[in-house]
This record gives sequence, C-alpha cells and structure tokens, in this order.
Amino acid sequence: MSELNYVGRRLPKVDARDKVTGRAVYINDLKRPGMLHGKILYSAHPHAIVKSIDVSRARALPGVRAVLTGQDIPEMPIGFLQDNRPLKKDRVRTCRDEIAAVAAVDQETAAEALELIRVEYEPLPAVFTPEEALAEGAPLIHEYDAKGKPITSNKLKLPWKLICGDVEEGRGRSRHVAQGTYRTTWINHCCLGTSGVIAEFDLDRNLTMYSITQIPYLAQNDYLAALKAMGLGRSRVRVVCQTIGGGFGSKLDTHCYEFIAILLAQATGKPVKIQFNREEEFLAQATRQPVVMEVSQGCDHNGRLAFRDVHMLLDNGGYTSWGATTPSVMMVPISSLYRVPNVRYVADCVYTNNLYAQAMRGYGNPQATFGIESNLDQLALEAGIDPVEFRLINANQGGDVTPQRFVVKTCGLPECIEKVRDGLGWPEHRKAREEGRNRDGHKVRGQGVASLIHVGGGARVYRSDGHGMIMKLDDFGQLKVFTGAVEIGQGNETVLRQVAAEAVGLCIEDVQVVSHDTDICPWDVGTHASRAAFISGNAAIQCAAELRRKIFELAAAQLEVGPDDLDLRQGMVVVARGAEAEGQRLAVTEKGESIPLSKVLRRGHFSPQGRMIIAETFYDPPNEMLDKEFKGNLSCSWAFGASGVEVEVDLQTGQVRILKYLAAHDVGRALNPMLLEGQIYGGSMMGVGMALSEEVKLERGRPVNGNFLDYKLLTAKDRVPITPIIVETDDPAGPYGAKGVGEPGCVPSAPAIANAIFDAVGVRISELPITPERVLRALREKKEDYCRIARPAC
Amino acid sequence: MKRTIEFELNGQLVSAEVGGGQTLLELLRQRFELTGVKEGCGAGECGACTVIVDGRALTACIYPAMEAEGRSVTTIEGLATAEGALHPLQSAFVEHGAVQCGFCTPGNVLSAKALLDQNPDPSEDEIRTALEGNLCRCTGYQQIIEAVKAAAGRKP
Ligand code: FES
Ligand code: FES
Repeated sequence: MSELNYVGRRLPKVDARDKVTGRAVYINDLKRPGMLHGKILYSAHPHAIVKSIDVSRARALPGVRAVLTGQDIPEMPIGFLQDNRPLKKDRVRTCRDEIAAVAAVDQETAAEALELIRVEYEPLPAVFTPEEALAEGAPLIHEYDAKGKPITSNKLKLPWKLICGDVEEGRGRSRHVAQGTYRTTWINHCCLGTSGVIAEFDLDRNLTMYSITQIPYLAQNDYLAALKAMGLGRSRVRVVCQTIGGGFGSKLDTHCYEFIAILLAQATGKPVKIQFNREEEFLAQATRQPVVMEVSQGCDHNGRLAFRDVHMLLDNGGYTSWGATTPSVMMVPISSLYRVPNVRYVADCVYTNNLYAQAMRGYGNPQATFGIESNLDQLALEAGIDPVEFRLINANQGGDVTPQRFVVKTCGLPECIEKVRDGLGWPEHRKAREEGRNRDGHKVRGQGVASLIHVGGGARVYRSDGHGMIMKLDDFGQLKVFTGAVEIGQGNETVLRQVAAEAVGLCIEDVQVVSHDTDICPWDVGTHASRAAFISGNAAIQCAAELRRKIFELAAAQLEVGPDDLDLRQGMVVVARGAEAEGQRLAVTEKGESIPLSKVLRRGHFSPQGRMIIAETFYDPPNEMLDKEFKGNLSCSWAFGASGVEVEVDLQTGQVRILKYLAAHDVGRALNPMLLEGQIYGGSMMGVGMALSEEVKLERGRPVNGNFLDYKLLTAKDRVPITPIIVETDDPAGPYGAKGVGEPGCVPSAPAIANAIFDAVGVRISELPITPERVLRALREKKEDYCRIARPAC
Repeated sequence: MKRTIEFELNGQLVSAEVGGGQTLLELLRQRFELTGVKEGCGAGECGACTVIVDGRALTACIYPAMEAEGRSVTTIEGLATAEGALHPLQSAFVEHGAVQCGFCTPGNVLSAKALLDQNPDPSEDEIRTALEGNLCRCTGYQQIIEAVKAAAGRKP
C-alpha cells in the first residue's frame, strides 16, 4: 500500500472545538420560535385499568395549549411488535406508561397542568419476573396481539432458536462439563444529555423533527406511518439531528415521547419540545435487556470444546422494543466465540409489568458473553486446564467458518489473549497464588480473562445494511462528503474525513463532512452495530473512486493526456511521469508536473457547456441476513478481543478493586488510534460499570434509584487503569483494513472481572452487578459450606 | 420575590432580575443564553452544569441565582478568547481525545480549571478528586485525566 497521509493518524475530533467551547448545540439547547413545552403524565400503577381521566382542570389552566389522552389520539401502534402506542388508552401495563400529555407555554405551566389531571385506576395483579409471568394463573399482560388475535401466554411468539450440530452427541462425548445460571439486570444508558425532541409542522403539514436519533431514516419511516394514522398521509418528514449527548443504542428505536411531541404539535399548530429530566430518563428510557441464562459447556480430555447449550429467559417488560431482538446478536458469541462444534440456544421473551428494554452497546452480547465466559472458567477448572491455555486451545482462527456460518477471514483472538496474558503477568501471578503470595492481610488478588467476538463489518439485521454517500467538489477544490451516518460522539465524522481525504487524494483541511439531515444526506440504515466507520469508510472509498474517475476525465481533456496518466495527491492533479502532455502542457510544466485540482475544477465549470464534479454511491456490504435457521454470514468481518483483569478483593468489606485492566482488540486497522482508544476506554468502563455497580433497581416495576446518587456510575475517582492494546489484522473487507470497534470494549468486562474474583477468593458470582454485598454473601456461604462439609463442628 | 443583582460574568459586569427559587443554571442558560452550561441532572449529581464562582467550581443547578450577587462567575463561554483562541485546557482536551459526545466537557474543563488555578502542579490523585463530581459516560475518564495533566505542563 502506498504511504498514507491521514489514515492511522491520531487526529483530534472535528467537533471537539465546538464542544470544548460550549458552542455545540444539543437538543437541550435548541429553541424554535413560538415553541411550546410538552410534558408527559406517567402511570401511577404497574398494571391497572384506567377507569377515567379528567383533564378539564388542566385544560383550563392559563398557558396550557393542549392536553391529550389515549382517547384523543388515533390508533397508531408502535414498537417492534406494534404492541405499544404513544398514549395508552384504557389499560396501563408498566409504571412508565404514558397516559396523558400537555403542551404549554413553558415547562412550569406544563408541569402544573399534569398535577391537575385526575386519573382513576383499578389496579390489576401484576408480575415482576419472567418466572412469575409464566406461572399458571398469572395475569395476561396483553390479551390481543397487533393483529387482534387473542394471546394466551405472556411468552412472546418469537422464534429464537439456534441449533448447530448435535448438542447431545457433544455432551455424550464430553469428558468434563460445567453448568451454571447467570443473571444480568436493567442498565440505563445514562447518556449525559437527556432525551428530547422538537416536532414542528409547516403550513403544508410537513413535519420537521429536531432530533437526536441514531437512525434518522428508519425514524423517518416510523414518523411517516404515524402521520398516516393521523390522517396526514401526504405529509413529508425531515429529520434534523442535533449534537447528540450520548447514544449507546438508546436512540435506535423511535420512542413514545417522540410521537407524543408530534401529536401535540399537530394539536397546537406550534413547534413542541419534549425534554426529559434525569428522573424521566431513568423511568421512561428503555434499558439494557436483562436476562437469566442457563449455560452448560463440555470439553474432551484435550480441552477441546464439544458443545455449548444455552437457555435464556428475557424479561421483556410491558411492551416490545429492540430488547426482544437482542437474542439475534447474543447468538454471535453463543455460536462462535471459540471453536465449538455443537451449539444449542433457545431464548424466550416474557411480558412482565417491568420497564421494557432496547438496544444498548453490544446488543445483548455483553450479557451472553458474561454467561459463556464465566462458565468457561468453571469448565477449565473442571478440566484442570489453565484458563488462558484453555482459551488458546479453543480460540478461533482466521479461515474458520463457524457453526452459524460466519466466515472469519482474519482473527486476532489468539494474539489478543496472549498479549493480555503477558500484560497481566499471568504466569507470575499463578506462581504467587500457589505460594499464597497473592494475599495481603484481608486483601486477596486474583486475575481473570475473557474474550469476545462481535460484528465488525456491518450487520445485515435489516434487508439493507447500506449507506448512501455523495461527494461534491466546489470551485475551490473543497470537498463536501454527505453521509447518512450520525455522530454520537464516537468520532465517525473525523474518521470519515480522514478516509475521504485519503481515498480522494485531498488535504484533510479541504474535506468537510455533512450529516444529520435527511433532506440533504443520502440514506443510511443507522448508526448501530459498530458499523459507521466500517460502512461509511467503505462507501467513501467507493465514492472516491467514482469522483477521481470524473476528475481525471475532466483534467485529461484539459491537459490532453489520458485519464490513466493522472493521479490526485494532496489536492494536486499529477501527471504521471512519462506521459506526454500536449496543448495545456505549459500550465502543467510551469508547476512541475502538477496542477491544483481547484484550477481544473474552475476550468471545467467556467467553460462552454461546463460541468461540475459530483459523485454518489450506495455501499451495501457483502454480508448476509440470517436465514430461517439463523445461519449466514451476518457481518463481512468479525471483531475479536480479550480483556484481562487483576482485582483485589477485600474479604472484610467485599469491595472489589481493579488493579489492572488490559483490553486487547483486533480492530483490523486503527484508522485513528486516539479515537479508537477512546472507544476502548469508554467501552471498557461501561463494561466495568455493568460488572460492578450499575443497576436500575425496580420495586414493583418502578425505578427506586433513578438518580446519580443512587445509580452508581463510575467516576474519575474509581480509577480503573485501562490499558488498550491494539491488534491489527488488516481485514480485506474493511476500509484500509479496519473493523468496527464501537461496541466490543464493554463485551468481556463482566466475565473477566467475575473470573478474577473467583481466582482471588474462590467464589463464583453469577449475578450482576457484583456488589460488595453479593461478594460478602458469597464468601459467607462458601465458609458455611466449608464448615458444614469439612468441619461440622466449626 | 424578584430582585436585581449585579455580578461579573465572564469578565463583564452584568445585572439581572432574579427570582427567589431561580438557580444560577436557569439564569445563565435562559437569561444570558450561555448554553455551554449543561443540565445533566438538575440535582447537583453529575457536574455538567459546573461553573466557577469566585474561583471555586460548583454546580449551578443547585446554586441560587441570588447568591451570585457581587461575585465573579465564569462559564465555558468565558474561556476562549473572542478570536477563538482556546484556553490551554480546552486545547489539551481537543488534542488528547478527551471529548466524545461533549456533554460533560464544559463541566470537566471548568472543574479542571478551578483546580489548576489553585494548584498548578496537581498529582493524578488530586486531578481525579477534583473531577470526581463530573460524570462522563463516554470516555472512561482516562483521556480527560491525560488532558488535564498535559495542560498542567506535565507530560502524561
Ligand atoms: S446538572 Fe447540575 S450537577 Fe447535574
Ligand atoms: S464525553 Fe460524553 S459524557 Fe463525557
């Protein structure tokens, strides 16, 4: 490969200056002329009949412009299974159920109006675990599906079942088997910028959504459907994204509040803003999908995995967002993390009266990997094999086709594991442990490792995994790159700019990325699945080729050389050595053998029948949708990684301190190592939070810790010493060899930590988060067991 | 009960009519349109609304506007020069990848500034303590700490 000017450089984010000076405009900061403020009334009960709603006093409050209830709006089903509606009508199923909404001249008036609404409920029996919801005689959360067909069970009719090979055969020939049950809980995305939207109609009833969505074009679709239901079938929708104060998957669905804003805007004829506060964010922003999983795995006498069997129960909450589809991605590690010939995975989603869940960084992969990798350490122990050695024996290799038919072209997993092992000082620690030198008073050190596989080359979860791009050159040689991707802080605009400058052959200062507006930018399926850099990067390379072809065609005519004799480097059109330049030869030779692109462009523009240079492309990666059996090459490259952790467990307090955290990632190629490290740091930290402290605590379905005092986000003071290790495997499918990297950081954190705790103190914590109380309880139980069995007298 | 107060805001003397229950955050965002002061929780728990009052970093969302009377208030808008030259801390945040979504950034920069103004050569522990109240969901803090170290004239 010729020398690269921008790819691989640690360039700062293009939006960083605006953000560091406070100039960036978030939805929280945006006002529109005449704008009203919307507020939502949520249910007082987790499950109840709404007998009556009296909004008369709210409507009469000065400053109130509209009050809507479920009775006032048309049927407009929303959500993955269309089992939800923006305002509920005669029944509430969760504490976050939206039952009325107000638009008023300011926030205070809107809030006051909510207080004046009188709702009469008739509480119904409620269920708060999947097990309860499946028990005989449990109340039905939904009685009819979206098509009006009666529902007879709280179990959702979703087909999550993957069978590869023969699990029973594998079990039969296993020398060692480990089995366990693992639980994860509700986690809030905790975007520092709370959710918000402004809905605004023009006089022709066309809708503009000032939004923070990660899926502008799919959202556009959803809004169009809503408008149709509202009798506005001819209206257009424009989605304009603001600076986004954190994504992490929370903006992959269209949410009730967005539709409520649309309804209020229509009712009032004014722009309506709904802006969540933090309490609302904890209540009404769907969470990470909680799961209970039973995992068993077995291996032969050489330590080779023979089977993996996973049964999972998902608490779906009262309605269905993307959480119910996370099993599709959980399949990735379940079928394909390590070489395992026989796999079975069955997942059931169950309605309860809890909060519902959606996408969150890793899309179920962190939950599934917690089960698999915790269990794998148990199996290694059974088999008497060193856990790192055990992983290396079973590691995926480049050239593998996995049981789910994933085609692994490049695989840095063995290297990641080795680097983590070396960085931890694994052998030295084993030795110290054997000799009891890992203990200092009541503090004991332990080490643990866990690996990951994730989609690294897009993910065909919809029929299209495509990305449209337009490149437009102006008279001055400045390039605008129009992309449908969304900047959620990850740095996509910066990396795309690097790739575009590189691929076209321009100085990076002459390249600007234009995004966040569906009227201007071409279609993209969404900023999810760690796909933005991969897909938009490949789109840029494809689009750049077309742009260069057009440039060379134009320049060749001007310079009277063949287009193939030309190159574009750093904004200069260069005539290849040896090419005979006739005619315009003077202009060329004057400057040596090159001419500024801007000159070529102006000449092309200001000549009879002039032309300007624009190129467009639609890049859809060569990956496959999963077939009916959930098999197929979902992603055209696969990301791998391993985390290695050293912890110190305090036997008296149960506190777990992280002394070392190595995060090795096979990223294909680092397009911008600084931003890449940012993804690894941030992802790992999110994984550590999931492991140790984060949980939305629900009491009868209602969050009781919906604030940052009680919901423990890690702080700078927690000092998790993360060391990113970048492993480059140069994937042939990736832009300049790169794979996706946005999500993987958080995937292996929890099991690596759980494994390290086990290594330190011999207790297996299989429920997240691993709080000091849980550690202490496990230590106590272990001691009691020990006393009961070994020393009945103690 | 309304009252007119005077205070220094980003180096300029200003006056404003404030109500009893009004917070400094509301005053700055609404009356002065200084939207670089962010609201992340409204309860003093996230640090997004951090401003510097008389040299001390504090959370404007729980600070009564009336208290600003006669004091000197610095917001993120007061750091860069009018010509756009960034404060060394701001440059360091940009150069070290300390900014992702950016919502926590103004608060983190200002907490760091209050620290460095008092203690130009802080240890990593002192930096971490000073930034403890500024939550960041994106970065895992490491690059923020590096930026502050760099701005303090120390090599990370
Ligand atoms: S908004 Fe003031 S501390 Fe969170
Ligand atoms: S950069 Fe997003 S919260 Fe800190």
